[in-house]
Amino acid sequence: MRGLRKLMWVEMKLFLREPAATFFTIAFSPMLLLLFGTIYGNKPNPFFGGRGMVDVSVPSYIALIIISVSFMGIPIATAANREAGVLRRFRMTPLRPAAYIISNIASYYIMTAAGVGALVIVGKTVYGMKFQGNFFSVWAGFTLGSLAFFALGYLIAGVASTARIAQAVGMVAAFPMMFLSGSAIPLEVFPQSVRNVSRFIPLTHVVTLMRGLWAGESWARHVTELAVLGGVLIIGMILSARFFRWE
Amino acid sequence: MPVIAVDHLHKSYGNVRAVDGVSFEVSPGEIFGMVGPNGAGKTTAIECLEGLRRPDEGRLSVLGLDPQRQGYELRSRIGVQLQESSLPDRLKVREAMGLFAAFYFRSADSAALLEQLGLAEKAGAAFGQLSGGQKQRLFIALALINDPEIVFLDELTTGLDPQARRAMWDLVKSVRERGKTVFLTTHYMEEAEQLCDRVAVIDHGKIVALDTPQNLIAKLDAESRIVFSVDGPVDMDLYRAIPGVTRVERSGDRVIIFGRGDGLLVRVVMALDSAKTRFRDLRTEQPGLEDVFLALTGKEMRE
Repeated sequence: MRGLRKLMWVEMKLFLREPAATFFTIAFSPMLLLLFGTIYGNKPNPFFGGRGMVDVSVPSYIALIIISVSFMGIPIATAANREAGVLRRFRMTPLRPAAYIISNIASYYIMTAAGVGALVIVGKTVYGMKFQGNFFSVWAGFTLGSLAFFALGYLIAGVASTARIAQAVGMVAAFPMMFLSGSAIPLEVFPQSVRNVSRFIPLTHVVTLMRGLWAGESWARHVTELAVLGGVLIIGMILSARFFRWE
Repeated sequence: MPVIAVDHLHKSYGNVRAVDGVSFEVSPGEIFGMVGPNGAGKTTAIECLEGLRRPDEGRLSVLGLDPQRQGYELRSRIGVQLQESSLPDRLKVREAMGLFAAFYFRSADSAALLEQLGLAEKAGAAFGQLSGGQKQRLFIALALINDPEIVFLDELTTGLDPQARRAMWDLVKSVRERGKTVFLTTHYMEEAEQLCDRVAVIDHGKIVALDTPQNLIAKLDAESRIVFSVDGPVDMDLYRAIPGVTRVERSGDRVIIFGRGDGLLVRVVMALDSAKTRFRDLRTEQPGLEDVFLALTGKEMRE
């Protein structure tokens, strides 16, 4: 247990020392919010069902943070640690493999949550963002979305033979998802044809779920999202465990 | 009671028999070395002992434990320096020590270890900024952090300059003086000769000799060489007449005297002196493990 906590703490410090990871997780989405907030403001808009641009963007950007940690942070760091022989060295200690994975996931989860925190603070203080949901309900949705995508991130790391390939696969998968899921650009601006494609992108379900819960909708209205993300989580976990390699 | 017992260890990768029927025992408190050229099977053997690789055949016991089935228990009692491993570049030396200490139930004093390994000043430096020698010393510190009973060192000094290498040897000796058993692999014959109480010479996955370095060299009964330069004429017959000398070679002003037995050097120097021969650059070359390897396998060790 002591090893697990210590490793989690060290992993978080290492994460924060990586400028790219820190930027995309903590700084990128608040910056995006400031940019679009400056352009469009946060006035109630019938286009967004009476909500403002910022009110809609904040829950959507949570998906953006999740995807950048899952598809850019996790695969690269995990594959690079494997490639360099870091995992090999850890394996020579009495640290249990499960303890390694748990502390790893926990540190990413905390960093993702920190990114959400930064986003919410900017939305609240600068634009007086509205929040009509239940805190715990939103938290649960955030946790489900994060863990489901983390599992996919570990799967990419396991399947890719090198860190460079993990990086390429992660990027190629992440960018279309970012733009087509409604996480970076609201789905409302897309024509129906694009939205038909979006439905098949897993990240879209994170966006839909977060926006819904944020606006105070109940989980009963989001059974589809729950099923899809639950399925991604379970299948992702099984596959990533199957493909995980220490060296 | 041996701390390591290996009985007919076999491990193949595809058609390559990396380790092919190796048996030996290691006693507590000794420095046991496995020497041989790259690709001889040393790393495969040591990684089987560490529990990192599963042997195809054979029985292994380390501290009375099976490295495969009781790996968890074993890992808390051994210290390991791997040939290929790394740490995250941005991890600081002090953090690495603290992190690894947290993995074990008992841990040595990490500040004292860093001090002893000459890393105290680097405690705040990131792993990626360390030199090759410093990284290697950090890995040794990590291998000692749990105050282990056996320390495994795989190609400890590869890539180090001669000075760093000698410093590393002193370090290994000090580890043994603290009552630990050391199991190491090396492809430097001189290293094995300087460090090991006993060496297993390994080639193509098989042990071709196992003894103390002194015994291996003595058994070889190889000639030692005395080399020097002279100015002016040389009376070769004078040298041939010295007791113990087997043959004499000359090229230009360099003379090489081959011979056996204690006191050969004294007799040669006395003969030179009484003949009033002016000589310079005299040195002796003793047979070493290098010669043992050559005699046993018929090939030169590289490097």
